[in-house]
Amino acid sequence: MAPAVRLREAVALAGRFPLLAGVSLEIDEGEVAHVRGPNGAGKTSLLRLCCGLVPLHSGEASVLGHDLAIDRRALRKHVGMLGHQSLLYEELTVEENLRYALRSFGLEIEQAGPAAARLGLAGRVSATPVGRLSAGQRRRTALAVLVARDPRLWLLDEPHAGLDQEGRELLDELIAESRAKGRTVLLCSHEHEHAAALSDRTVWLAGGQVVEEPASVA
Amino acid sequence: MLRDAWLVAGKDLRIEARSRVALNQVVPFAAAVILLFGLALGPDRSVLAPASAGLFWIAVLLSCLLATQRSFAVESADGARDGLRLSGLDPAGIFLGKAGAVVAELLVLEALLALGVAVLYGAHLTGGLVLAAVCVTATVGLAAVGIIYGAVASGLRVKETLLPLLFLPVAAPVLLAATKAWDEALAGTPSGGLGWLSLLAVFAVVYVTIGIVAFGPLLEES
Repeated sequence: MAPAVRLREAVALAGRFPLLAGVSLEIDEGEVAHVRGPNGAGKTSLLRLCCGLVPLHSGEASVLGHDLAIDRRALRKHVGMLGHQSLLYEELTVEENLRYALRSFGLEIEQAGPAAARLGLAGRVSATPVGRLSAGQRRRTALAVLVARDPRLWLLDEPHAGLDQEGRELLDELIAESRAKGRTVLLCSHEHEHAAALSDRTVWLAGGQVVEEPASVA
Repeated sequence: MLRDAWLVAGKDLRIEARSRVALNQVVPFAAAVILLFGLALGPDRSVLAPASAGLFWIAVLLSCLLATQRSFAVESADGARDGLRLSGLDPAGIFLGKAGAVVAELLVLEALLALGVAVLYGAHLTGGLVLAAVCVTATVGLAAVGIIYGAVASGLRVKETLLPLLFLPVAAPVLLAATKAWDEALAGTPSGGLGWLSLLAVFAVVYVTIGIVAFGPLLEES
């Protein structure tokens, strides 16, 4: 199977500060990879590079067949990101956010209702502005956008943060379903054992580079 | 592009209708500007009436600054700007949508301000067609410039202070042309303002074109 993510000595910068210092990595399509490393290792930057939010400074990077050096915008239709922020509009309701997100990708809005219901956001919550929701409910709304869009590549940065037990179990189910459907998932998490159980393999990052599994952990 | 523009404009106007920032902050701000000019120049309407066109457009210019800042503030909350970049929307559509929403807000504000200068300054709003045409063309130009420089400034920490610095010098020709065209219309010779109206139309076309072409790179790199 062709790799969904292929990086060769990929370097990304913030000003002159290196976010990624020559990452080489291949993730196959349909694979769930747990990206692991200490704070500042470059996990979030790796996800942001893979969805084209961070520009490639040097090296080679191809995601879902799109060359990140020339084709970042075309890639984004196929990538979904759940980061530290929910990427939602606080004044709009859950349903309005979902509909807007779907329309912005040229998708049918009929998926909004089932996705909201799946994440436990049906009924009154669906008509509530996101700004009035709890952190966990916002997280669920952001997840509902991903579920409704069903992109080929899921980039999840600490996705369990802020979710209650039911939400965490639901997220685990969604990751398993995505894998079953052949979607690729990059999962950054400090809940190592939990994330490893959901993943096919673990990628270790340190200092903005992929490293071997540290001996102290192996 | 137009589908995306419609989607973005609808979203921005819906957010404004719900948050009422334009109604509760921009309109009172513009009214305060008109009132303060009146206080500064004194109650003599023979002084205020001839100056009303210029004072009106200065109030519009400053209000456009606030509306533009607000347009990008809704994108910075909770990472929505990343969401905008990650969306499948055409950048030209985003530009047109955001500019269109600002135009709609400003045109409503201008109608209220025109009423204000008529009441407070004693300006006679003659030449209504030219006045309205000037409002539309000048507002399109101002909104286009505002959204272009708003995108430049929005990714920076100093956006609040940088945007006026970038916006006001570029918008100065609009202030001049719109004021001259309104002066002619208010003086009862609206045909004298047609040359200035043409200049405003050229300005609007140039900046809308720049925005359509350049908004994508600006959104990505700022």
